[in-house]
Amino acid sequence: MTVLVLIETEDGQVRQASRSAIAAAGKLGEVHALVTGTEASAQAAADAAAKVPGVAKVRKVASDVLAHDLAEPLADVVVALADDYNHIVAASTASGKNVLPRVAALLDVQPIPDVVEIKAADTFVRPIYAGNALATVKSSDTKKVLTIRPTNFDPAAAEGGSAAIEAVVPNVTDTVSRFVSSETPQSDRPELESARVIVSGGRGLGSCENFHKILDPLADKLGAALGASRVAVDSGFAPNDCQVGQTGKVVAPELYIAVGISGAIQHLAGMKDSKVIVAINKDPDAPILQVADYALVGDLFEIVPELTNAI
Amino acid sequence: MKILVPVKRVVDYNIKVLVKSDGTGVETAGLKMSMNPFDEIAVEEAVRLREKGAATEVIAVSIGVQQAQDTLRTAMAMGADRSILVLSEESPEPLAVAKVLKALVEREKPDLVFLGKQAIDDDMNATGQMLAGLLGWGQGTFASKVELADGRTEVTREVDGGTETVSLALPAIVTADLRLNEPRYASLPNIMKAKKKPMETLQAADLGVDMARRLTTLSVAEPPARKAGEKVGSVAELVEKLRNEAKVI
Repeated sequence: MTVLVLIETEDGQVRQASRSAIAAAGKLGEVHALVTGTEASAQAAADAAAKVPGVAKVRKVASDVLAHDLAEPLADVVVALADDYNHIVAASTASGKNVLPRVAALLDVQPIPDVVEIKAADTFVRPIYAGNALATVKSSDTKKVLTIRPTNFDPAAAEGGSAAIEAVVPNVTDTVSRFVSSETPQSDRPELESARVIVSGGRGLGSCENFHKILDPLADKLGAALGASRVAVDSGFAPNDCQVGQTGKVVAPELYIAVGISGAIQHLAGMKDSKVIVAINKDPDAPILQVADYALVGDLFEIVPELTNAI
Repeated sequence: MKILVPVKRVVDYNIKVLVKSDGTGVETAGLKMSMNPFDEIAVEEAVRLREKGAATEVIAVSIGVQQAQDTLRTAMAMGADRSILVLSEESPEPLAVAKVLKALVEREKPDLVFLGKQAIDDDMNATGQMLAGLLGWGQGTFASKVELADGRTEVTREVDGGTETVSLALPAIVTADLRLNEPRYASLPNIMKAKKKPMETLQAADLGVDMARRLTTLSVAEPPARKAGEKVGSVAELVEKLRNEAKVI
């Protein structure tokens, strides 16, 4: 059994989410890592992927068309290699979710998204209904195409391996899609999905100004990523990519501090696997308190600055 | 320009479903059903394009049980011009849905297919991408902004760490994310008007599509419950607990 894993890199390193996918794929068979990009970026990605323990071989496909991970050419590349593999795996990141279903359709396979547990080579557990239920599904397709939820698989290390790199001749030259631009605000904070600590704010903050005035100092002190509930995002307190929840990001940090978040089902689905949850809320009946390890009921505008000073 | 908008009938998003005691699925009997929220956003965007004069016709499609006609009436009350109901079992798999939609695309020849990015029941997030693959069309998934110009569409997409804009040759697939727009409520006069709009009913078999499932659900279980912890009385106590008991700071 051999497994092809789609790799994403960031700053010359294999993204943590992709290293979780490598670890998950290791449960299914020998892992081959697929890296794509321009000649230079694919080579850098290949060098990084070759160092991840657990990767048996790196397959590098370089073409200018593959510079931006556009789903259309990338899916064609994966499909061209698919004959060699029983499983095709990616992390359920924005890119993984964009590309893998397209691959599956081209292979006439029903994909299995957001796998949280691998029971057998054909049997997987995945959340449905915003995580309110876990379905165990068995695939009858000859090939399995799946995305794994990174927070449920401990990532492989970034260094320590030395896999061989094989260059594959690209089968794509042009595409119906074109990359125009990307806007990724730079931040010194850790990435939400890989942060050890997350400070997250909700409706209780009341405004964008308060959101940052109250939460930024605490996040700075803890080296934490900033998260937000959907209400906070919809109200413009925080940018969309901060959104934690079923329709946003699913996170599982060591410490999740929920400030002024009531705990709607959709939000809980995105953070309830956190190791320790702290809730700060003025409402003693807020649902978030039902999942919190430590709850402090009171005025967040007094509590959070006091907490920041006390840490 | 025609726009096709597939819509799915799902358990209303405000309802917390319960797992059946025999572990075969979730209990949906008697629950309020609504249009999948992401599909409402897709309908809204298509209707706005027609209202602006950029599109000429908006066709809503649903694939599922007979009651999905209510969902199609809602889409028409929001402004879709006509609709097609393709009868099948409840909640078919994305691969089968994508094949049905491909057959309808070949018949209706739309320039755009707008879908919700994911249905909130099976949470697959796959149908749009799969349809794009089957048709060999470009895909603008997780869209927060859509513009049309010169036979192409420019789609701003929600991606990890920010947004990305892609330009797709038409015809193309777009899947809607939350920030694309705020869907309108259907007014009573429009609900009445929607009752007179045309709705065609087909069988999935009429389109030559094999609806057989590839995934068998072996069991459905409640996720492990998280116990409520303790209420702490002060910031000092919280810090002490985090430091010495939980050891996370």
